[in-house]
Amino acid sequence: MARNVTTGRKIGTTILAWFVGLVIFFPILWTFLTSFKTELQAISIPPVFVGFDWTLENYATIQTQSNYFHFMANSIYLSLGSTALGLIFAIPAAWAMAFSPTKRTKDILLWMLSTKMLPAVGVLIPVYLMFIKFGLLDSRLGLIVVLFLINLPIIVWMLYTYFKEIPGEILEAARMDGAGLRKEITQVLAPMAVPGIASTILLNVILSWNEAFWTLNLTTSNAAPLTAFIASFSSPQGNFYAKLSAASMLAIAPILIVGWFSQKQLVRGLTFGAVK
Amino acid sequence: MGQIHLEKVRKAFGDVVIIPDLDLKIEDGEFVVFVGPSGCGKSTLLRLIAGLEDVTGGQIVIDGKDATTLPPAKRGLAMVFQSYALYPHMSVRKNIAFPLKMAGMDKAEIDRRVDYAAKTLNLDNYIDRRPGQLSGGQRQRVAIGRAIVREPSAFLFDEPLSNLDAALRVGMRLEISELHQRLKTTMVYVTHDQVEAMTMADKIVVLRAGNIEQVGSPLELYSAPRNTFVAGFIGSPKMNLLGGKEAAKYNVTTMGVRPEHIRLSTTEGAWKGTVKVSEHLGSDTFLHVESPVHDEPLTVRADGEFPVHAGDVVYLTPQEDKIHRFDDKGLAIKGNGRAAG
Repeated sequence: MARNVTTGRKIGTTILAWFVGLVIFFPILWTFLTSFKTELQAISIPPVFVGFDWTLENYATIQTQSNYFHFMANSIYLSLGSTALGLIFAIPAAWAMAFSPTKRTKDILLWMLSTKMLPAVGVLIPVYLMFIKFGLLDSRLGLIVVLFLINLPIIVWMLYTYFKEIPGEILEAARMDGAGLRKEITQVLAPMAVPGIASTILLNVILSWNEAFWTLNLTTSNAAPLTAFIASFSSPQGNFYAKLSAASMLAIAPILIVGWFSQKQLVRGLTFGAVK
Repeated sequence: MGQIHLEKVRKAFGDVVIIPDLDLKIEDGEFVVFVGPSGCGKSTLLRLIAGLEDVTGGQIVIDGKDATTLPPAKRGLAMVFQSYALYPHMSVRKNIAFPLKMAGMDKAEIDRRVDYAAKTLNLDNYIDRRPGQLSGGQRQRVAIGRAIVREPSAFLFDEPLSNLDAALRVGMRLEISELHQRLKTTMVYVTHDQVEAMTMADKIVVLRAGNIEQVGSPLELYSAPRNTFVAGFIGSPKMNLLGGKEAAKYNVTTMGVRPEHIRLSTTEGAWKGTVKVSEHLGSDTFLHVESPVHDEPLTVRADGEFPVHAGDVVYLTPQEDKIHRFDDKGLAIKGNGRAAG
């Protein structure tokens, strides 16, 4: 029997959903609007919503004050580099755990995840000292390694859940059908694993892109990514909300665009394993 | 050719012995069914033959050649899995063509064989679909198609029908039997369903705890079970196995009689009892009768129209020439009737 859903209830749910959606979206919308205001309009009380003189002056000022593309290039290096490094280690690890599990597999997975419960600030000083010792401060390589390590548990977990979904019998069927190890991997495994790997890459790029704690603490200028770019507009000359907003918009724009075009994979990645 | 000989085959996982030394000869063209309760090692045995598991000891000889250490692909066998194990990212055509492609066959020959297989299995209308767009029965046919295109020396089936619903299962059972008659290729079939075993097999291998309890044709197993386990496992509903006083009348530890070999009367007979449950199947009626001769209800087959209801008193008489007798080790004693012993 179908559930009896009244029209009133449907309207109620729809309104509620829109409300929640708008609440979540509002900060981004407000940042977007503020970035086109003058500094005066940005702090005016009562706040103006859309009835102001739209201006691009903030974006222009930012360009003259600092080199946006330098930071963006760093963000791209860091997120892609750490993700690539992560995949190199996580694919074999997740593969082994999914296809030849032992008694300890679950424990290892949980232990890996438990490292994410450690407050990052707790290891800041040791990591900082190590960075000094190895001369990695403000270097892309150093940050790539740190980002790779902090996200590795998540990459392994995600890949593990995806690989776990590939039934072992299909691989056995391929073996019976005469596929050698190479053909088994290229013709059967890879096509089935690609969607999972793709969503993992996507989620990881976003996580690395947004990572602020380590990127702010371990860089000054040379390796600084967009997070540092935003931060640089918040402190030195007081709070200039309009410029700060413009900087934020520039920082999140690339990831917003990538995210928009890959919503489907992203949602699947985030909710994967929630049902079934 | 499709001869598979198992010699002293042994399989253990650590200390747990799944299959202690087992000998079995499967001849060319035979339809052999491994049957037994779950956990009896029948699937493991099939996987050993396939090469998906390594033997701990013993030898597997396929067509006269030692195949014990050969990888699955080199054994010339095709397998149909319980979950069908189709490649989800390939169309039906590509699924069926996959083993041929792996064998490096030329494209024209692959197309010819795939088209032929698709036609025989009524798959031509679905040839460009993906497995996800097919029903359970169609998927099973694709799995069979993928197995037959290779023209293997033997087919291995691992409970291929257990994911299908009852009606479809009967249909597929017939299709597989017909396929065997047409191809005349050796088939080794694993099932826990003794009805499948009885209806399809040339030769049934009854397994329990990795041991072969009996090997024989369906009717041999039905009419001359070697021990109480086979007697209880083969036949539906199960044989009535009685100990105590009734068995003592025949000078044995256990006497057995099948539900269809008991005469039923409302007036007189050897055993008096009360009908507890009657199951009407239309053609037959199965009665579960409580009687002082046995602590569990006895099962009796009656005609479909036999007028009887729960609570009625009935009399049961076993047919003398159909009685099975077993000694204290559960082994059958040859010959029938009271005279022997």
